[in-house]
Amino acid sequence: MMDNTGTKIRSLYKKMPDNNKNSPLIEIRNLHFSRGGRMIFDGIDLDIPRGKITAIMGPSGTGKTTLLRLIGGQLKPSSGTINVDRQNVPELSRRDLYKLRKRMGMLFQSGALLTDINVFENVAFPVREHTKLPESMIRSLVLMKLEAVGLRGARDLMPSELSGGMARRVALARAIALDPMMIMYDEPFTGQDPISMGVLVQLIRLLNDALNMTSIVVSHDVKETIAIADYIYVISEGKIIAHGSPEQLNTSDSPWVKQFIHGMPDGPVPFHYPAKDYLEDLISGAG
Amino acid sequence: MTGWLRYLGRYGLHFFERLGRASIFLSQVLLGLPRLILRFRLVIQQLYFIGVLSLLIIVVSGLFVGMVLGLQGYNTLVDFGAEESLGVMVALSLVRELGPVVAALLFAGRAGSALTAEIGLMKATEQLSGMEMMAVDPLPRVIAPRFVAGVISMPLLAAIFSAVGVIGGYFVGVGLLGVDTGAFWSQMQAKISWSDDILNGVIKSVVFGVVATWIAVFEGYDAIPTSEGVSRATTRTVVHTSLAILGVDFVLTALMFE
Repeated sequence: MMDNTGTKIRSLYKKMPDNNKNSPLIEIRNLHFSRGGRMIFDGIDLDIPRGKITAIMGPSGTGKTTLLRLIGGQLKPSSGTINVDRQNVPELSRRDLYKLRKRMGMLFQSGALLTDINVFENVAFPVREHTKLPESMIRSLVLMKLEAVGLRGARDLMPSELSGGMARRVALARAIALDPMMIMYDEPFTGQDPISMGVLVQLIRLLNDALNMTSIVVSHDVKETIAIADYIYVISEGKIIAHGSPEQLNTSDSPWVKQFIHGMPDGPVPFHYPAKDYLEDLISGAG
Repeated sequence: MTGWLRYLGRYGLHFFERLGRASIFLSQVLLGLPRLILRFRLVIQQLYFIGVLSLLIIVVSGLFVGMVLGLQGYNTLVDFGAEESLGVMVALSLVRELGPVVAALLFAGRAGSALTAEIGLMKATEQLSGMEMMAVDPLPRVIAPRFVAGVISMPLLAAIFSAVGVIGGYFVGVGLLGVDTGAFWSQMQAKISWSDDILNGVIKSVVFGVVATWIAVFEGYDAIPTSEGVSRATTRTVVHTSLAILGVDFVLTALMFE
């Protein structure tokens, strides 16, 4: 069922002119960003190719979510350019930024569903806000999007009645409601049971290919991310420390990448938080 | 000594910084108002939550305040044989002062705190961020309807408070204590002026409506997006609104009834 819809939509998209197929959708150059006196990004360059799933990985607290907010224009960098479809996001006027955002989807970690309206209305929300479609068409559109994430039957539930995985799928249906050119996933796998995880992994891949979208997945779940990503950037301490295809990263010689990919407790990222000498510390307390 | 001065300075700077932010916020909300005319349904929804759901507390409190006024007023007036003026006394106290002020204080506790908590939690659960990323500006979509609904509700609630209060005073004065019905109503009608008393009371309640709703929506929007941050913001709403209303009431009273 899902594949069928996918083929139809794909054939529709193929008819549309696409002059800049080979240029990356997002180009980030020399990005610096700091918050509260702390440097989060210290000169980052990265490209997100069109039509692919690009993963951005790194330990917690390295600013992966911040990077998505910078791309979405919710934060402004200290310096550097963020070109999304050849528009520099930090310099866009409010009006142009909102125009661009209509073509971006973002899946928040919490789902960020509106809690006072049901599933159907949540998915219909962006459509109602941005189009003047008749009610019957909105209904069909919403049901199609819900069908794509397998939750057509849950349309009358309230967000509080959904499990974490279902909430994320509803949020996904809402994010694709306006058929965006790209979608950003913020930690889509965190806190999911194995079944929901499998569903989400499959959905991200399928939607990306069926809708010919560009996907950016921010995550620290190594196994799932490697399984779906076409290209991976690894960020740590404000810099990109490795990038390449999943295979390249898997066979990387860098001790840091090895520690991260294989989840080893000690290595270049030490197990201990910086402290003075252990013995000295114990003795000084005794006196 | 210097430590104390430094504390005072920091507190002052912080106060003015927040006031500035709140003013910019208000101007942005006001800019979003014209668009709201096309979507008045959003305001009506909020009128229900903010206004209609506050009715019970307003009616019950108004009734009791009116009854107490009737009781206390009678005890004082009867010494001078002026108990027939009870109606004037009750109605004047209500339309000039107690109606707008007490209704606004109740409004801050009932609707203001709810507004702050709702908006604060929408922020904490990323609903506002989510809207921004869906290219929907939360200021005209979420804040402006609530602000307008609050400003519309407040004078209506204050009017209902005063009306019910007068009925409460009537119950006690005429029903229980035996004041003459005719005197009660006719003196009220003769002595209370439309422009001096009632209109000034309405102006007060409109100003209180702006102040109370402005504080409530700003505190919610500006809340630190954690459970502790939202709880603090809710407390601040009630405290700041109460203080602001009493302070503004003094200024308005001084200007209106000198």
